[in-house]
Amino acid sequence: MSIDPIIWFFLFGIIAGILRSELRLPSQVYDFVSMLLLLTIGLKGGIELSKQSFGTLLPQMSIVVAIGFILPLLIYPVLRYVGRFTRADSASIAAHYGSVSVGTFAVAVAYMNTKNIYYEEHMALFVVLLEIPAILVGIVLAKGMSRDLQWGNVAHEVLLGKGVMLLIGGLLIGWVSGPEGLESVSPLFFDLFKGVLALFLLEMGLITALQLESLRKYGLFLIAFGIVVPLIFSVIGVGLGHAMGLSIGGTAILATLLASCSYIAVPAAMRISVPEANPTLSLTASLGITFPFNILIGIPIYYRLSEKASTVLGVS
Amino acid sequence: MTDNIVKLVTIITEAALESQLVREVEEHGAHGYTLTNARGKGSRGTRSATWEANANIRLEIICDEAVAKTISEHVTTKYFEHYAMVIFTSDIEVVRPEKY
Repeated sequence: MSIDPIIWFFLFGIIAGILRSELRLPSQVYDFVSMLLLLTIGLKGGIELSKQSFGTLLPQMSIVVAIGFILPLLIYPVLRYVGRFTRADSASIAAHYGSVSVGTFAVAVAYMNTKNIYYEEHMALFVVLLEIPAILVGIVLAKGMSRDLQWGNVAHEVLLGKGVMLLIGGLLIGWVSGPEGLESVSPLFFDLFKGVLALFLLEMGLITALQLESLRKYGLFLIAFGIVVPLIFSVIGVGLGHAMGLSIGGTAILATLLASCSYIAVPAAMRISVPEANPTLSLTASLGITFPFNILIGIPIYYRLSEKASTVLGVS
Repeated sequence: MTDNIVKLVTIITEAALESQLVREVEEHGAHGYTLTNARGKGSRGTRSATWEANANIRLEIICDEAVAKTISEHVTTKYFEHYAMVIFTSDIEVVRPEKY
């Protein structure tokens, strides 16, 4: 099986990082590249929304939001009592893993496109829906429902953060413009998608290499956790996707979303709301282990799981 | 020219705190501030600004002595325990002291 060139960019970044090369994307370029990715994903989802009535998607959307609340609750006890992390650290890691990674989603989409596998384009909407609930659960797990919590700040951080803003903006623009309306901007957003993703993954590789250094400090539990949790969550995702009647590709992408964990929105929100949680710990797990695992090994596995599920359980 | 001496408070900390910190500094009496991106190394490791989670900011406030004191005290009690933060105050000579 040939490896997609974007994966080579990621590996190239990791190797350059491990070798302590001077290489890095200028931060403005990285900002621009991640902006393009988020907008593209939003626009694609928006186009799909313009073709469907909102009412038909509502049941799927509610299920996805519900699972966003449930996932962090499943792993919190494991972190707290098996991993023996502090309450704040357990809550913060649980929030990271309950939320999603847009980068991982983009690679899953690229994987389906390369292999010409059909998937529902409105999956982008699920990215937004899954991003937020885990953050709220994480904060409540760490702090309880205490009154001195500044929910206004939290809401501002979560809803008006760059990632969610760009995704929602893209969704709305795609929705009102429709496929024909967006033709004039498609060279930038759609034609360049893979190239932009390659640059993004190069930088992600460099960042991942940085996390690998702190990996030794945190030991085996975190490594095992960072691999086993996405695998279990992907099985939940496959079951859910199948039950929701998604296509094989769509189910695989939903599985990837559940398996992925946040490294932008959640760290920022946790830093503000749960300052006593050690940010290195959750970022090491999320970026040092789970992100590369999903990109390199996970996505093909989730696709095969989805295929298996549809042959075993029958086409729904 | 001793009448022209005011305080310069400099805070170097995590970029994640930016909006919160700026608001609080103004609430505690600062009339203005200067904000720059920063990189460096300290007791909490290297802050290389390669991406959001390890970016730093440098917040500078010119103010009178009383405001400098309130800001320092507030920031020290609220943030020192859990955040990478350096704060220091210096005397500076300005041209228009009435501005601050």
